[in-house]
Amino acid sequence: MSLEIIGITVLWLFLFFYIIVGSIDFGAGVFNAHSIMTGKQHILSKVIQRYLSPVWEVTNVFFVFFFVGIIGFFPDSAFFFGSVLLVPASISIILLALRGSYYAFESYGSQGHRGYAFMYGATGILIPASLSVVLTISEGGFVYLDDGQPVLSYELLFTSPLTWAIVVLSIVAVLYISSVFLTWYASKTEDQEATGMMRKYVLIWAVPLIVAAGGIIFELQNHNSAHFDSILNLWWMFAISFVLWAITLWLIWNRRKYGLAVWLMIGQFAFAFFGYGISHYPYLLYPYLTIYDGFTNEAMAISLIVVFILGMMLLLPSLYLLLRLFLFDPKYVKGKRE
Amino acid sequence: MFIDDPVLMSRLLTLLTLSFHIFYATVGVGLPLMIMLFHWLGIKKDDIHYILMARRLAKGFVVTVAVGVVTGTAIGLQLALLWPNFMQLAGHIIALPLFMEVFAFFFEAIFLGIYLYTWDRFDNQKKHLLLLVPVAIGGALSAFFITVVNSFMNAPGGFEMINGELANVNPLLAMFTVAMPTKVTHVLATAYMTIAFTLAAIAAFRLMKGSHKAYYKKSLNVMMKVGFVFAIASAIIGDFSGKYLAEHQPEKLAAAEWHFETEEQAPLILWGILDENNEVKYGIEIPFALSILAHSDPNAEVIGLDQFPEEHHPPLIIHYFFDTMITIGMFMLTLSFVFLVARWRNWTFVDKKWYRWLIVMGAPLSFLGIQAGWWMSEVGRQPWILRGIMTVDEGATTASHVDLVFFFFVLLYLILGVGTIVVLRKMFKDKPVEKELESYAGGDEQ
Repeated sequence: MSLEIIGITVLWLFLFFYIIVGSIDFGAGVFNAHSIMTGKQHILSKVIQRYLSPVWEVTNVFFVFFFVGIIGFFPDSAFFFGSVLLVPASISIILLALRGSYYAFESYGSQGHRGYAFMYGATGILIPASLSVVLTISEGGFVYLDDGQPVLSYELLFTSPLTWAIVVLSIVAVLYISSVFLTWYASKTEDQEATGMMRKYVLIWAVPLIVAAGGIIFELQNHNSAHFDSILNLWWMFAISFVLWAITLWLIWNRRKYGLAVWLMIGQFAFAFFGYGISHYPYLLYPYLTIYDGFTNEAMAISLIVVFILGMMLLLPSLYLLLRLFLFDPKYVKGKRE
Repeated sequence: MFIDDPVLMSRLLTLLTLSFHIFYATVGVGLPLMIMLFHWLGIKKDDIHYILMARRLAKGFVVTVAVGVVTGTAIGLQLALLWPNFMQLAGHIIALPLFMEVFAFFFEAIFLGIYLYTWDRFDNQKKHLLLLVPVAIGGALSAFFITVVNSFMNAPGGFEMINGELANVNPLLAMFTVAMPTKVTHVLATAYMTIAFTLAAIAAFRLMKGSHKAYYKKSLNVMMKVGFVFAIASAIIGDFSGKYLAEHQPEKLAAAEWHFETEEQAPLILWGILDENNEVKYGIEIPFALSILAHSDPNAEVIGLDQFPEEHHPPLIIHYFFDTMITIGMFMLTLSFVFLVARWRNWTFVDKKWYRWLIVMGAPLSFLGIQAGWWMSEVGRQPWILRGIMTVDEGATTASHVDLVFFFFVLLYLILGVGTIVVLRKMFKDKPVEKELESYAGGDEQ
């Protein structure tokens, strides 16, 4: 395996982790806000707060890791994406900043403030939407070179159906991932009412999810036929993903094995996400930047990989400790330890 | 929209983000050490007061960490958004410390989360104290790695330029540049010093307000001691930094000292103003001092700005930043020294109101000193973004709308800044020390 492939695999893996833990977090904020708006906060808020408190910072680090890593492994991506993303990425940063700090302000300052909760929920919709723009741009067709400098055409971007299909998918995916996870978490707390509510959300969002995902593949056919063709070549990955989705839904429908359902859901997204990523190969930004011409020098690549391995040896046990203390500790989960 | 100059606006936005982030970053580096110290003192002396200090500080810390994390994320992304050409070049050489910084940060985040939510899970407080070790180390390490990146920009190394192309990149050598040792140690020492004096200021202020005497006196005494130690360290390292500048970045030292002509037995100029002919007025001139600062030898020759082409001169305004930093450092050093001597000799004037006010002033002054030091260091390497390799103009983005983005970030930081103050005030006002002590000791603890 070449260093380029190792590099992009590591980064793609981290982006995947971010999408899963980020979605749980974003979606939880939305459900929390929604339950307050509809006067049902007593059902959900406690469960959500108990999960979010110790992990929200860690979620953020996955994101930082991804963008620092991509600049490290592929410095040319800093040039292309940095030049064109000024406005969309700044919007994402501002939303992330408001979200992160208001979470802390709310939970340690003035608990139960409706305005904060609403903001927190709104950013949970807006951040995935604004971040997903990067995926759209990487499909090509929105960036042109002007005197050697990449420029983003906002007009093309905002009028493209592909853009909106990806935005819709990102939002629906956030709500789906989050509701599957929280169904399981709520069932662990033995809170029947919250479990029932989250289960209902899973059932609501499951079908739109598949429709939106299918819509993107359809749009790609018009937009970037090369990418569409390589997706067809990897049809089996998407087929596995679909089967996992169906089993997850079946389990939740029958109120069985919520823990297994979470793992299947993660598997479903892993196959779809890696299928998408592999079919995008070798482009980072179609058609200007491939992972080969944007790669860093060999010495840097090797030292980054070494540091990555050493770092993971420290991180994995620590993450395990965190999860054991807050996710799998039966007393904490049931709220007997605050 | 307002100012259609991406280079200028990129510089302003970076200045704004960093200046705002540094408040929180300094707290993030310095505070875990103090929490650890209090927690340890509490266990060692079996004193509930110190434990409570650790606990209260940790609670407040969450709020500043939250804002520190998000503004840190902002500056991380802005590096690529505002300086894409710079990151494209530097990414090839300096990605390693950036990458390692994320790991340090990851580490800190995980254990901070655990520390905060496990006060009642350990019967043995010593085990709980151990959780703080990775937090303090993670904080110091992330400061270390990010300062390594900055050192590289001041003194690029670890690669060769062959016909305008990068070659023979050595990531480790790029980390251990000549600027690195003094920069890293100065950043760490001043962060610890600033936080110690800030906590001392809070204690002094609460004492004047008539709050819990025993509790705040303990905090004041410990923090003045710690602050003094780190103030000494900062001053010594600051002297090394001067010698580094004289040797490797003489134009920055010359601009900071308004030292226009290369000469021996160079005097040091404190304060003063510059007229249109570059003549210094109202300055205090200390003979030989600059030669001593630069080379430990009163007769040594110090390179002046005349040795550099005019387009490579740093802005002369950095003299004021330099003086501000030095003056504040010396003031805090003296203030804490007098305090310690007075405690030792049982002189009571340091418990008088006027002295306590001076200690209270120490908090904003120390933060101002940090800002001034960074402005001096960063403005002082103009016009370079990578000294000797790439100028700021060449590194900046060409994208439009930077002015609009700047405006939004001003708003964001306003909200975050005000939010921090409001939340922290509310947090500590709603639960004063007396009240928290009652819940531990059942009422009559004094």
